[in-house]
Order: sequence, then structure tokens, then C-alpha cells
Amino acid sequence: MSPSETDALKPLKKMDAEPVFEELWQAQVLAIADAMVNAGTFKAAAWSKTLGRELKAAEAAGADDTAQTYYKAALRALEGLLAQSDAVPFATLEARREAWKQAYLATPHGSPVDLANAVSRAD
Amino acid sequence: MSNYDSAKVAKIHHHLHSHLPSEPALRVKALESLLVEKGLVNSQTIDAWVEAYSEEIGPKRGARVVAKAWTDPAFKARLMDDGTAAIDELDFVGNATAHLKAVENTGSVHNLVVCTLCSCYPFALLGVAPNWYKTAAYRSRAVRDPRGVLQEFGVNIADDIEVRVWDNTAELRYLVVPQRPAGTEGLDEEALTGLVTRNAMIGTDRKFSATATGTS
Repeated sequence: MSPSETDALKPLKKMDAEPVFEELWQAQVLAIADAMVNAGTFKAAAWSKTLGRELKAAEAAGADDTAQTYYKAALRALEGLLAQSDAVPFATLEARREAWKQAYLATPHGSPVDLANAVSRAD
Repeated sequence: MSNYDSAKVAKIHHHLHSHLPSEPALRVKALESLLVEKGLVNSQTIDAWVEAYSEEIGPKRGARVVAKAWTDPAFKARLMDDGTAAIDELDFVGNATAHLKAVENTGSVHNLVVCTLCSCYPFALLGVAPNWYKTAAYRSRAVRDPRGVLQEFGVNIADDIEVRVWDNTAELRYLVVPQRPAGTEGLDEEALTGLVTRNAMIGTDRKFSATATGTS
């Protein structure tokens, strides 16, 4: 192994003490994926294959080899499988994302964010 | 617009955006709310999963399986024969254990587990996979250069010990049964459970202390 390859390994051990979730959404992605497998919306093998493809794409695009990259790939895999199974078409997801964004922007600090607070419901 | 107004608008703008979730958080919120409306998920189930896997489950279940195998030869025989059936005895089947195969470390064999495709992992037994397990570096190097990866984790494997690498899939997942540390003959199953580290059950730990509290 060359010295540069040895250096490349060092971050692995450093990551050992990291919390498994840096942000709540990362945990929610895995929770939803697990729920979908258990409900039969898609199969475990399809999840594995799609996540593998997204990870490969992220690596090919030069993304950092980090937890953030992993969880973003997992989110894309989840979105893709849900669109493919017609459970959540991409257009529906985009419209709802925009509605939530507007709801956050229109809700004063301290108040619960509700979709009804959106300036205009996109869906 | 006066300078004063510009500053005020900028401040309001910042104020409004400062509590806007990140793009992935917004997308997950959108997904979850749609799935709840369709009756495909239940918010309480998702919240309970997140809470359990963030704090509670960890590798404790896997450690208990290993400790039981160390203290109960009949259980160990069943575990090695059919991992899924053996962990079912402890009610640990579920949440991505898939079919479970236990692989045992010996004086001449060391086992290392990876998922070369993505991040398949028996998380009902071991909790959520550590971040390094999900990296491209680990997924590729664990197969190409397992001894080098083990060295990175401080595990030096003698040349006369065979290193076996197992590739987790959606259907079949592996649990490494490490060797029982010397000097633990007097410990019961519960005390032994506290010694087993998560990494030992993946294979990136081999000789751990007889007094450590591994699963905390």
C-alpha cells in the first residue's frame, strides 16, 4: 500500500466516535425506508440496489466520502423508489416541499409551522 | 429604499430564513407528510424508530447474542447452524436482520463484514451502522485490502491468521462472533454482554479488554 493510500484510510478510524445521525432528517430517511420495506411498498433488495446506485453516482460526481453524502444519497434513493412505485410522484413531492417552505417562511418564530400557514398551497 | 430600510429588510429576511429547514430536511418533511396522508406511514412509528435507533438499541442486542453464545454451548451451536432461528429465540428478528449468518473468530481465522454495494447491516442487532461503514473507502478497501483496513482500526492480524471478508446483502447479513477474552471465566452472561464492542461484531476489533464496557 502506498503512503497516500495509508493516509486515505485514516478518516475511517476518526469517524468511529461520530454520532450516527448528525441531523434529524438523516434518521427519518432510514426510518421511512425501513417502514416502506416492512409495509411492502418496495423490497429490501430494491432499496439496497437503488441506494448502491445513488452512492456510486455521488462518488463518481466527486462528492466527499462523508455521512452527509451518504444520507443525501439515501434520500434520493427513497424519493426515486417512492416515485417509481407511484406512492409519491416527483411532481407531488416538489409541490409539497414548496408548500412547506412557504409555510416556514410565513410562520412567525415561536408558532407551530403548519401547512395552512403557507402563503399559497402549491398542491 | 433608504439604508435604514435595507438593513431592516435584510434583518427580517435573515430572521425568516434562519428557521427554514435545510433542503434535505424540507424534502423529508414533505415526503413524510405525504406518506402519512396516504396512510403508508404513521408519524408516531417514525418518531419511535428514530428515538429507539438514536439512543436505545445500539449494539446491545448483538452483544447479548454473543455473550449467550459464549456461555451456552447449545445456543452457540444453534446460532452457528441457523442465525435467524437462534436470534428469534431472543425476539431479535426484525428490522433488517434479514437472514442472519454468524461467523466465528478463532485462533486461526478473523472475520470482517462489509456491504460493498451500499450499507446493508443487521441494525436490529447492532443499531445503526457507524459512519465509516457507509463510506466508499471502507466498502472498497475492506475487500481489496482487509488487513490494511484492520490496521487502521488498530487491529494487527498475524500472517498465519486467515482473514475472511463477508459481503452483507439485502437478503443475508453477517454477525461476527468474536473470541471470548481470556480472564472472563467467572463472568456471567450479563457481565459478558457489557464487554462486547460493536466493532468486534463487524470485525474491526479483535482483542478487547476483559474489563471494558463495550456496548455503552
